Amino acid sequence: MAERNVVLNNPILDNPQAGTTREQELIAQVQHGQNELFYELVRPYERRVYAAALAILRNETDAEDAAQEAMLKALANIRQFRAEARFSTWLIQITVNEALMRRRRERTAMMEGIDDRRDEEGEYTPRDFADWREIPSEALERKEVRQKLAEALASLDRKYREVFVLRDMEQFNIQETAEALGISVASVKTRLLRARLMLRDLLAGGWERGWFSRLPFEKGSKPW
Amino acid sequence: MVNQEAVKCEQVWQEISNYLEGDVDAGLRMAMEEHFRACKKCASVLAGTRNVIRLYNDERMIEVPAGFGRRLERRLVRDARLRSRGWSTWSAWLVPVAALALISGGLRWASSLTVAHPLQSEHAQPGHDIPPDMTVVVSAGAKEFHVPGCEFIHNKDKARTLTAKEAIREGYVPCVKCMRKYLQAASAESSADSGFEADVDADVDHRPGAGR
Repeated sequence: MAERNVVLNNPILDNPQAGTTREQELIAQVQHGQNELFYELVRPYERRVYAAALAILRNETDAEDAAQEAMLKALANIRQFRAEARFSTWLIQITVNEALMRRRRERTAMMEGIDDRRDEEGEYTPRDFADWREIPSEALERKEVRQKLAEALASLDRKYREVFVLRDMEQFNIQETAEALGISVASVKTRLLRARLMLRDLLAGGWERGWFSRLPFEKGSKPW
Repeated sequence: MVNQEAVKCEQVWQEISNYLEGDVDAGLRMAMEEHFRACKKCASVLAGTRNVIRLYNDERMIEVPAGFGRRLERRLVRDARLRSRGWSTWSAWLVPVAALALISGGLRWASSLTVAHPLQSEHAQPGHDIPPDMTVVVSAGAKEFHVPGCEFIHNKDKARTLTAKEAIREGYVPCVKCMRKYLQAASAESSADSGFEADVDADVDHRPGAGR
């Protein structure tokens, strides 16, 4: 896996719960039939499971139902989980499979258009926002900021959204993302680049529209 | 190795995601870093893209509907109950089914004591030219009839004598050892008809109850 120190902190990867002895104990106990402990096992990941389902299905109700169904499948197949894998990755992979299956079944992919299935050719030219500054993570305390970010993500075509969510929100690596979505590593990289740049442009445009206007930036400076 | 001076804005934009992944070679990395120092726009793109990754990477960006965890837990519990109810439903069916099987098995076992035996073994053969009035020995629970004194008579304490005709009528078949000559004749005819050789000695199992 490529180093990601350039990307600063990673609160999800740094989750102290991941891969801990307690988690391993819980996995072993559930594998030996103590199903009542399963919720305790998956609770740290329930938000990520939901986010993965939502990225694919786009509808909150469908995403919640798919997430629940995926957890039931995970419980039914818990004996197939092998310790060498990350439990969170295994769990989210099952969720992605469930959501993709539902989308195929409901044919929503058809509604998003044929062009959505292919990577766009050619280079993407980022918009020119000359001034920039790091946006402090405190900005996320504001619900309106989170909402605008969520809207920007939701506005991406699904092929970009799915890759971005798995890589940048779920912390799948490039290879895991490719396997989860059944696409090539090269496609993951292409789509990830496009998704990140499009979001950057959308959020920079949001700056111009005043989304971050109350953030404590120095006078005259912008975050992009 | 990429020439640092040759790096253009377009190439920087193309590689900026890989750069943030740490997925570019050292030469390109140095060239890009040089470019970022000199190009305000690309520095802005880099900073903005970093902002995107950092903000979306924050757990606060993953919002779930109110009550999501509670509903998930409830569904897991409900499913567990359904599964256990499914088991109890299945086991409730199992009792009468098992009882029927036992009754049926018992009846078949009981009837086997009085009704003619079917040919149960793959080795069982009807024999050929067996003298009908020949005295043979059968025993309860076995399927073959024997020449008196045959060492393969099972349950000798429950043995009885009868004629070969009676034994055949009751469903017994000739012992493949002591009645061998009658079987070989039959088998020779059979293999002549089918084109296959039959070796009645092969895989003969004379353990008590074998072949049942």
